[in-house]
Amino acid sequence: MDAIKIVLAGQPNVGKSMLINAMSGSNGLKVGNFSGVTVEKTELCFEHHCHMFEMVDLPGTYSISGFSQEEKVAHKYLLNEEYDVIINVLDSTHLKRNLLLTLELLKLNKKMVLALNMADEAKKENIEIDVRQIEKIIGVPVVLVSANTKEGVEELLEKVHEVADNQERIKSNITYSDVMEEEILEIETFLTQKGFALRDLSNREIALRLLFEDKDIYKELHDEPLMMELQPIILKALQHLYTHHDTKNVQEIKANEYHAIARGIHLETVRCQRNKGKKSLTKRIDEVLINKYLGIPIFLFLMWGLFQLTFTLGAIPMDWIDGAIGAFGDWVGSTISNEFMRNVIVDGIIAGVGAVLLFLPNIIILYIGIALLETTGYMSRVAFLLDGFFHKFGLHGKSFIPLVTGFGCSVPAYMAARTLKSEKDRLITLFIIGFMSCGARLPIYVLFTGAFFGADSAGNILFIIYISGAMLGLVMAKVLRVVVFKGEDEPFVMEMPKYRFPSFTLVWHTVYNNAKSYVKKAGTFILGASVLIWVLATYPNQPLLEQEYQTKIEQSAKEDAITLENELKMKKLEQSYLGKIGKASEPLFAPLGFDWKMTVALEAGLAAKEVVVSTLGVLYAIGDNVDENSNALSHELKKNISFASAMAFIVFVMIYLPCLAASMVFAKEAGGYKYLVYLFIFTTVTAWVFSFITYRILL
Amino acid sequence: MKLSELHKGDRAMIKKIDSSEDLKIRLASFGVVRGSELSVEACSMGKKTMEIMVDDTLIGLRGEEAKEIEVEKL
Ligand SMILES: Nc1nc2c(ncn2[C@@H]2O[C@H](COP(=O)(O)OP(=O)(O)OP(=O)(O)O)[C@@H](O)[C@H]2O)c(=O)[nH]1
Ligand SMILES: [Mg+2]
Repeated sequence: MDAIKIVLAGQPNVGKSMLINAMSGSNGLKVGNFSGVTVEKTELCFEHHCHMFEMVDLPGTYSISGFSQEEKVAHKYLLNEEYDVIINVLDSTHLKRNLLLTLELLKLNKKMVLALNMADEAKKENIEIDVRQIEKIIGVPVVLVSANTKEGVEELLEKVHEVADNQERIKSNITYSDVMEEEILEIETFLTQKGFALRDLSNREIALRLLFEDKDIYKELHDEPLMMELQPIILKALQHLYTHHDTKNVQEIKANEYHAIARGIHLETVRCQRNKGKKSLTKRIDEVLINKYLGIPIFLFLMWGLFQLTFTLGAIPMDWIDGAIGAFGDWVGSTISNEFMRNVIVDGIIAGVGAVLLFLPNIIILYIGIALLETTGYMSRVAFLLDGFFHKFGLHGKSFIPLVTGFGCSVPAYMAARTLKSEKDRLITLFIIGFMSCGARLPIYVLFTGAFFGADSAGNILFIIYISGAMLGLVMAKVLRVVVFKGEDEPFVMEMPKYRFPSFTLVWHTVYNNAKSYVKKAGTFILGASVLIWVLATYPNQPLLEQEYQTKIEQSAKEDAITLENELKMKKLEQSYLGKIGKASEPLFAPLGFDWKMTVALEAGLAAKEVVVSTLGVLYAIGDNVDENSNALSHELKKNISFASAMAFIVFVMIYLPCLAASMVFAKEAGGYKYLVYLFIFTTVTAWVFSFITYRILL
Repeated sequence: MKLSELHKGDRAMIKKIDSSEDLKIRLASFGVVRGSELSVEACSMGKKTMEIMVDDTLIGLRGEEAKEIEVEKL
């Protein structure tokens, strides 16, 4: 029993990914309410009635002659790969436009099923579709489905099964304009009279392809003697078409013909009783959200609100987690008697992992914000609002989508840049995605703003950090545009999806998956890194130093003993491996006001940004003063770091190289490791300069 | 007249599209072809971008692209 390989093709945002999720009963594929959510082909297997189904989710494509990079992925796959059945997904509420792609897909001569998705929305909008009639005209099975309510999903799977088993294809009854039909008939009759046959193509199909100037068919017919007689007939036919369509551009003629057909099918099969005069909800929301004057202020306000919430709302569970981790550490400390084990676990693992876990609530709030932006349809509106502004900085309005994705994580953001058609726009966007601080940098900001600002202003500071990072990114985009990536502007045309109420499950899955991977990372990678940092910060043993202090402590009074003990801890830390590494690179960062601990934390952060916090956690846990009751990291920071250095540190973190995983993806998307070298130099130099300026101003 | 000269709320019929080949194909797949009707739904500040509706599809485009579309006001 072989698996049936099914590929989903359709225009963007019609619900292909959601339909696969519905069919397979999983939630593995990313769904969002804007064009270009899926940018890479994704495969997924599941069993249905003892049959394996292998589903391939493709990026949406408006027409088969792709436009942007992710559309080319779809195009290439459909033309060159092996598969059994195409499910062409259409949006029932935009049937006319979606049928244009269907007409092109029919030309591929593959087994196909049409899935008219969004049946629930069509019902709500009083759209009635005569499914059987469409079936008759197009000649492939048609199923009305809803990925949302799951109606029709079972029927769709059965139809796919049937089609896959069946060898026969139904003939389509698509008719072109009268003029076109006349000429098709002329050529078709000629071919039949000559008794000509080519592969499994019908003569009508050959005639059509000839008229639409399909390069492949001309190549195939090139050496046929028949061509000599055929040529004048084709020329005459084309002349006829040119006058009829008032253009000599065959592509345009083809587009006109397809539009006429789609309009015809639509007219024949779709009944729509729209309440005339009543404005749709989408239009009413747009009145406000993309209002000429209010649009941008509303957007900024929403962003500000998000960061306020991230800080203030996030602070509540943070206190609990902090308390729990502290108590857990104490409890573990008191139960383990082996000193080495106790130190590794309490000062290494719990201090490091705990410091990272502490920020889970902030991360969750941030991701809820991003998920709402993605699922409501607001994303495309903001791109629309910001295009004018972005354009001034040499960026494309669509860059907003990868950039905003970058606030969550840079990895998907780099991939999302594929929706930009122009290579230069795409490269510029790739270079500045790092300026959009990712979720993993959030803990560092929350930690530092919490330590150095009052609780009432920390949210605003957070907002300022993100906005100034973004502004800096824009300025850098302009610099890159003027200096490196000169070139033509790319047009901005973009579909504005309907507003959709964010479904709880969708938001939940985005947030849940991201939170899960954050915790998982804390439990694995960060844990390992914390142990490593602890080991490096504890060894080598320094018996001489200890002995020296031991005698001193014994001889001195009680108060002096504590000071001496703290001094010993500091000395030991400074002479550890990590201390030596930090000291070696300290001169590089000394002009920015960073001590060796901050330097080490930054360097460790090259692996992953969470490690910055966990490293600081471990370093301050080891060097923890003995008489200190509160061992909260933020207290330690405030005590040991000056305000100016802290701000310079934030600025450096804002700008410098993204984590290792993201850097690898960057290199892949940009097209080579040389770009990564550029990025490293670009970000490090910028970070150093801005950090230096910040430090000197505040000093 | 040009699409870019229209204002919010105006309706028009498309006469001619003078864009590059790529853009023409893209516009065509949105339903923006000769003969289709459109209405202007919104304009951003300074008409940097416009939102138009064609056949129930909302499309955002730049003022500069709108200059290349010839329309007849209805
Ligand atoms: N009401 C309703 N909404 C749906 C249905 N199917 C999909 N949607 C919504 O349509 C939007 C697009 O869904 P996706 O699955 O991301 O669309 P896609 O075709 O994969 O899009 P691209 O990957 O960008 O090509 C999401 O907001 C979904 O919630 C449906 O049957 N009913
Ligand atoms: Mg998708």
